[in-house]
Parts: sequence; C-alpha cells; structure tokens
Amino acid sequence: MTQLTHLDRLEAESIHILREVAASMQNPVMMYSIGKDSSVLLHLARKAFHPGPIPFPLLHVDTTWKFSEMIAFRDVLKDDPQTDLLVHINQEGVDQGIGPFTHGSALHTDVMKTQALKQALDKYKFDAAIGGARRDEEKSRAKERIFSFRSAQHRWDPKNQRPELWSLYNTRIKPGESVRVFPISNWTELDIWQYIYQENIEIVPLYFAAERPVVERDGILVMVDDDRLPLEPGEEPMMKTVRFRTLGCYPLTGAVESTASTITEIIEEMLRTTTSEREGRAIDKDAPASMEMKKQEGYF
Amino acid sequence: MNAYAAPQFADIETYLDSQLKKSLLRFITCGSVDDGKSTLIGRLLYESKMIFDDQLASLKNESKKFGTQGEEIDFALLVDGLAAEREQGITIDVAYRFFSTDRRKFIVADTPGHEQYTRNMATGASTADLAIVMIDARKGVLTQTRRHSFIVSLLGIKHVVLCINKMDLVDYDKAVYDKILKDYRDFAADFGFESVQAIPVSALAGDNVVTNSDRTPWYDGPPLMEYLDTVEIRAEDQDKAFRMPVQWVSRPNLDFRGFAGQIVSGRIRPGESVRALPSGRSSKVASIVSYSGDLDEGVEGQSITLTLEDEIDISRGDVLCADQAPAEVSDQFQSTILWMSDSAMLPGRSYVMKIGARECQMQVTEQRYRVDVNTRAHEAAKTLNLNEIGVCNIALDREIAFDAYGDNRRMGGFIIIDRMTNETVGMGLINFALRRASNIHRQSLDVSKELRASMKGQKPVILWFTGLSGAGKSTVANIVEKRLAAMGKHTYTLDGDNVRHGLNHDLGFTDADRVENIRRVGEVSKLMVDAGLIVLVSFISPFRAERRIVRQMVEDGEFWEVFVDAPLEVAESRDVKGLYKKARAGEIKNFTGIDSPYEAPLEPEVHLETDKLSPEDGADRVIAMLQQAGVLSS
Repeated sequence: MTQLTHLDRLEAESIHILREVAASMQNPVMMYSIGKDSSVLLHLARKAFHPGPIPFPLLHVDTTWKFSEMIAFRDVLKDDPQTDLLVHINQEGVDQGIGPFTHGSALHTDVMKTQALKQALDKYKFDAAIGGARRDEEKSRAKERIFSFRSAQHRWDPKNQRPELWSLYNTRIKPGESVRVFPISNWTELDIWQYIYQENIEIVPLYFAAERPVVERDGILVMVDDDRLPLEPGEEPMMKTVRFRTLGCYPLTGAVESTASTITEIIEEMLRTTTSEREGRAIDKDAPASMEMKKQEGYF
Repeated sequence: MNAYAAPQFADIETYLDSQLKKSLLRFITCGSVDDGKSTLIGRLLYESKMIFDDQLASLKNESKKFGTQGEEIDFALLVDGLAAEREQGITIDVAYRFFSTDRRKFIVADTPGHEQYTRNMATGASTADLAIVMIDARKGVLTQTRRHSFIVSLLGIKHVVLCINKMDLVDYDKAVYDKILKDYRDFAADFGFESVQAIPVSALAGDNVVTNSDRTPWYDGPPLMEYLDTVEIRAEDQDKAFRMPVQWVSRPNLDFRGFAGQIVSGRIRPGESVRALPSGRSSKVASIVSYSGDLDEGVEGQSITLTLEDEIDISRGDVLCADQAPAEVSDQFQSTILWMSDSAMLPGRSYVMKIGARECQMQVTEQRYRVDVNTRAHEAAKTLNLNEIGVCNIALDREIAFDAYGDNRRMGGFIIIDRMTNETVGMGLINFALRRASNIHRQSLDVSKELRASMKGQKPVILWFTGLSGAGKSTVANIVEKRLAAMGKHTYTLDGDNVRHGLNHDLGFTDADRVENIRRVGEVSKLMVDAGLIVLVSFISPFRAERRIVRQMVEDGEFWEVFVDAPLEVAESRDVKGLYKKARAGEIKNFTGIDSPYEAPLEPEVHLETDKLSPEDGADRVIAMLQQAGVLSS
C-alpha cells in the first residue's frame, strides 16, 4: 500500500498547480532566477508535463549583476533544446549605468529587477508568471495566495485577495490583468533541500562551500565576483571557505562561512543553523514592511 | 529546552532518510479576536525551532514597538504578517505557517476570529484535517465558538482540539476546564466530530504546549505538540472509490494520449476499468506514466498521468472514476452556499461555478432558507449577504460528475465566480442532486446510433407532418409508412391516437399543454431516431417555436417538416370526426383554426396542398424528396 510522505504531497500539490496554469491561462511564463527554488520548480514542471515538453517558456530577468557562475549555469539550460529560456535585461537601466554601487541597492533592485520584470511581462504579454516564492520566506508572503491576482498596473492588493478553497483556483482575469502563481508556496527551505537530495536535482555550485575571494562589509561577506566591485581604501579581498544560502545580485548577497560541500552537509548545517536564509539579503532590512511594499509595487 | 529540537543523529544519511518519511498534517486554528491564536502559533513555531536568531532579534525589536506584552516577546507579532495588521493588532486574513517535528510536517492556516471574516475561516478549513478551537478560559464557550465549530463541521473536519487557553489567568483551575469541556460537548454533540481532545494551555506561559505542565497535575492527557504529532487522521480518502478530475490532456505526439490530474480519492492500477463522466464511456488503464518510469499504483493525493486502452473522447473537466463505483451525474442540485462578497447573492443571476477542473454556468433557482451561523436556526431569506450561509437549489448549463460533499470533499465542493468582476464570491457544498432521472448512469454503449442504423440499412429521420385537423396528415403519413415498409425500412408512427391516449393523457389543449405535448413527442421521436427508426409524426403542432425546438433536438438532416396544407374551409368541410362542428358550437375550446391559431411553416421541406393533390400523390412527393436527399436510395 502506497503511503505518501510530506514531500510526495507537496510535489503533487505543486504539479496540480502547474497543470492548472498551463490548462487555464493563455500565455504563461515561468520565472527562472537560477536559484535552488528555480531548480526545484523546473524539475516539478518537467514532471508535471512528462512525457511532453514544458508547455511554457522560462524567463530570466538579468540585472547584469548576477554571479558569473549563475550565468554559466543558466547558459547550459539555454542550450537545452527541450527548454525555451528567455532572458530580459532592462536596457534603459543599462544605458543609464544603474548599479548597486552607484545608485544604491533599493534603486538598483527597483530599476533592474522590478521595472525589468514589468517590461518583460508587458513585452511578451504574459498573463501568468509562475514564481518560486515560498510562504515561509517572509511574513507578507505567508498571506499571499497561490494564484495571486495583479492589476493591469501589476499591483498587488493584499486586502482584496480572492479566497482559495480546497484546491480550486479562480484563474479568470480580464484583458491586461495577470496572475502570479506560486506552486511551491507551502514548501519550507528544509523541504526544498530534502527534495533536492531525494530527487538529485542539479543546483548552482555557489551553494556549496569553496574557497572564494570576499570582503567584509557591514558584517556581510561580499564576494569579489568581478572587477566592478569598488574596493574601499585598505580593503583587501581575502580567500575564505564560504557558500551561499540564497543567490541574487552578487553585491547584495552575503556569503556564509561554511565547509558544507555536499547536499547532505548543507542539510546538516541547516538543521544546526540559527539564522534565516533571507538574513544575507539586503532588501529586507530597509524597513519592517519593506517586502510588502515592494510586492505592492510589483516586485515578485 | 524542548523535545523537538533537531535530534542527535548518528549520521546525516540515516537521519535524512527518516526525515523523508514524514507525513503531512494540515490544521486550522480558530477562535475569537483575543483568544490567543497567534500567540499559540508563534509559540509552536518557536518551540519547534522554526524561529531563527535574526527573526527573533527583529521580533524583540518589534515587540517593544507594537507588542502588548511589555518587555516580553510578543509571539503574535511573528504570525500577524501584514503591516496594517501589526498596527491594528488583529489578524485580517488567512496566513499559512509551517513547522515540523521528527514525525510530521504541519501546515497551519491561521484564521481570524472577527465576525466579518467568516469567509476566511471557511477558506482555512477547506483544506484542513483538524481544527484547533481556541477558548479563553475566563470567557468559556461563546457565540463565536459555536460559529467556528459549526463552520468547521460544515467543511467536513472530523477532529477537533479544544485549546482552553489562558489557564494562567484562572489559576489553572480544573473546575473551569471541566465546565468548558462539558459546555462544548453539549452543544457540539451533533456536529459529527470523530474526536474532541481538550487541552488546558497557556500559550503565553507555555503550559501544556510542548511538555506537560506542573501547574496542571490534574490533566493526564498529552501536551498539544505531542497530540498533533501522534493523532491518527485516517487516510479514509484512500479507501474511497477512485476519482480523478482530468486537468490536462497530454498529447506530445501522435502515439501518446495521456490524461493528467490529481487523484482526489481511492487508488488505481494498470488493467483496472475506469469510466469517464459525464460521458459514461469506459476503458481500462493501460499505464500510469511518470517522469521516473511507469507506476504500479496511483493513490489519493498523487498527481499522475494515465493512458487508456481505448481511444475515448475525454477532455479537461471530465472525471475518471472507478467503473464499478462511479460518481453521480446531474445538472441540478441542492447545495449549501457560503457567500463571500459584499454584493449579495441573487437567485436567477448567472454565475460561473468551478468544480474539480470544470467551469460551467450556474444559477440559484431557489433559496430554500438561510442558516443562522450562531444558532443554526433556519430563517426565511431570498438572498445571501457577505458571510451568510444558505441552502439553495442550483441549476447548471451542463451535467457534471460529482459526489455529495459529505462523501467526498473534493468531488462536492465548488466555488462561485462573478461573471463580470471575476471575483470569487462564494463557496458551495453539493448536498444531493435534484433530478433523480440523471442519477441513472447514462450507459454509453459501444452499440451506437450509427451501428443500430446501419444494421437496419437505413438513415433514421423524423418526418414531421403538421397541419390543421382534417388536412389529411394521418392519411398521407399512413401511405408513406406503407411504402417505406415495402422498401424494407423500419418505421413507427406517432399520432394523436397513440400518444394523447397514453403518454400524454394528462395534457389538455391550453397553449402550455400544447407546448408540453410537442416537447414530449419530440423527445420520444429523438429516442426512436437514436434507435435507428424512421419516425412519422402526425400532429397538428400549431406553433412554429415548438417545431423549431424539435428540429434542434436532433442532428442536421434528421428533421423533415411536411406541411399538409388544406384551407380551413376545406378541412372544416371534411370534418371526419365532427370536431369542427363542436368547436363552432362552443363545445370544444381552444380548437386550432377556430379559436386557437395555427402558425403555418415558413420553409417546410415539403409543402403538400391536399385540396389539389391526392393522398397517394402527396406520399409520392415525400418519398421522392427523401430519395433526392439521399435518405432513401432511389
């Protein structure tokens, strides 16, 4: 007699959601951020539609400040004939020279990520964007629906969300409106790692510990990924054995000192850790409700 | 220190493999505004090591700013997510929280207690296996407790944990606990709960949350965390009959046709027979396809892809069922509806219903009564406002496969969507089908209409003779039938004599009865066409609209209208049955041509003017027309 484990049930729920998107939306897209959650989402999509191909494209919004190892990992997928991967860069932002060092993390994220995402959704007229956000990541996400409605201006209204009952999702929208869909809403970080272990899913090597050049700033270890990182007077990159718990723009993502170089070692480390994975992200620290505000403005 | 920290393990692989075998339990917490739900969940997260140092630091920071506990940590701030809620100090929406122990992963729906948010509670309850009902020990069982428990039972939750909270404020008094438990058992007796476990706790102080408290020596039950970890939630959905709404038809190439969906109950193996509903076609499962190879079995909860042995027509929204225990099919139901929108539910308005993977149009045809959520009393009401619950009859624009909600939550629960705004405005539970005839499974047999027709060597059609009484309809039809019989054709004639005296003996000659008369004759003709027969119908059938309806019941080219046309004075002069005389004398009311109208066909297939043609010539014209059209070979 088959008994389903919690991962079996989470997987089945996610696959059900992915199929609902494909069956009921006109022009869906899957956001691909190159991180571990994206790797899991991609794996789930392959499972959902097997033996057919994934019936929607993937979209990577490239801020031009991603780790080079992330881009290399992405480009392998780009060459996969089974996968349709689109890459979008906010060219206006590039022309204006927007970057985290010259303009600050908030403006950089707004222009190169939030605005870029809206541009891409408008350009391709996607009516559903599938993302890898999880409810355990951050407080305002805990209340977001799995099918999260967005106005024609891409705004989220947390007080006017559609109730979600059973596994029945209201997928109806008017022209110009869209939905964000979060198939792994009910997964936790630990679930993600256990699933990567169980399914043997490939992830970016940055998650594994290795010797990397870093500088320490405001208590955060920033990796010197390329020569765009302006070194402050007296600052000297040092080689440390580090890894990343989350991945984003390299200047905004802190490394942690670790020797965990396999999935099992990562999970072991995680079970003993005492800080949340978003701690290394600069974006959450601006103000208590900063993520909620960014989401209302259209940040994923 | 608590018992649920990451355990000591010999090696990580052994530990991980045990972690991979965890089960999943979904529960909701419900209670009134200040009963301490958020505090309890915050504590469960904290005690199960789900709160990290940085979150704790920010929690301490915010506790000073917004907290209600002075210098103490306010656990409620951990779960009250949205900025507006933090300022107002109340929970305003459903929030989902996660924690796990070594045995289970938990998904918690934190649902608000405010009266206006009943809909959110129902939302949280819809996916939960168990409910924690919070009671403030100082206040006892309140109206809200009754409301929450009613909604919990309505949504089909069978297991309740009665958390009698704030025991610290009543000096851990056993008498208080006993009285609340008795009050609760008294009013919840007929809610159909399989288990009610009462636990005296203090969410704030941590009594009986993770470990048994020294301050309640009289309590010999388990602490909350241990109970959640070990409570047996029977996997009864796995023992029910197989059901899988088809979400997606997978056709990656010409050789593969798979039906993808999530199994909502039962189990399925290759070789077993399944029936697709509402079509009723059956086949056998050829394989259960998955990314990591074919499966021997699919069970409730799994998202799978099936292939079948026969090529039968199945599309998104159809339901695959166990062939021997299929779901019911109907288009009219009695249902219980909870309204979730500021705009009232209006009987007669067209809404969209989503059930399983199917969307259809629905109308509330009649609201029978409204239910007072506090007393469960039935009240007369024609509409439902926000957060009101009513029992309504509904009608759909098509038949759907379903089970009663009480038998199968995911086969009987639906949402209601406003067609203009696209908002989800209500939820409903199917109680039972109203049309009994539809409960009979429509046997979709391999012997089809085409097969029956070809066995008879003919094309089945309806020859519909219309005209005034005395125009000669039956005379012509009689000759046509004889000629067809001589050609070896299988025929049947329906006329007033064999229909009005039997099937339609309850009908008179009012306009309404004439309409019903023709509708029934149309339905019978349609069945006979399906049986492969050539049907001759000889009825006055005075109204164009009804003749058009019959024409639309059957396929194109199956309905042939023969206008048997004689001027009124000619028909009246024939008066074979003496009816015109009686009508003129006023002895018969509503007689066609005298005091009830006859609407002549505008474009009949054949027009026979019987004052100029003999009946034999008329019959020849009908046969010639059928030969010309290829219905009969010439």
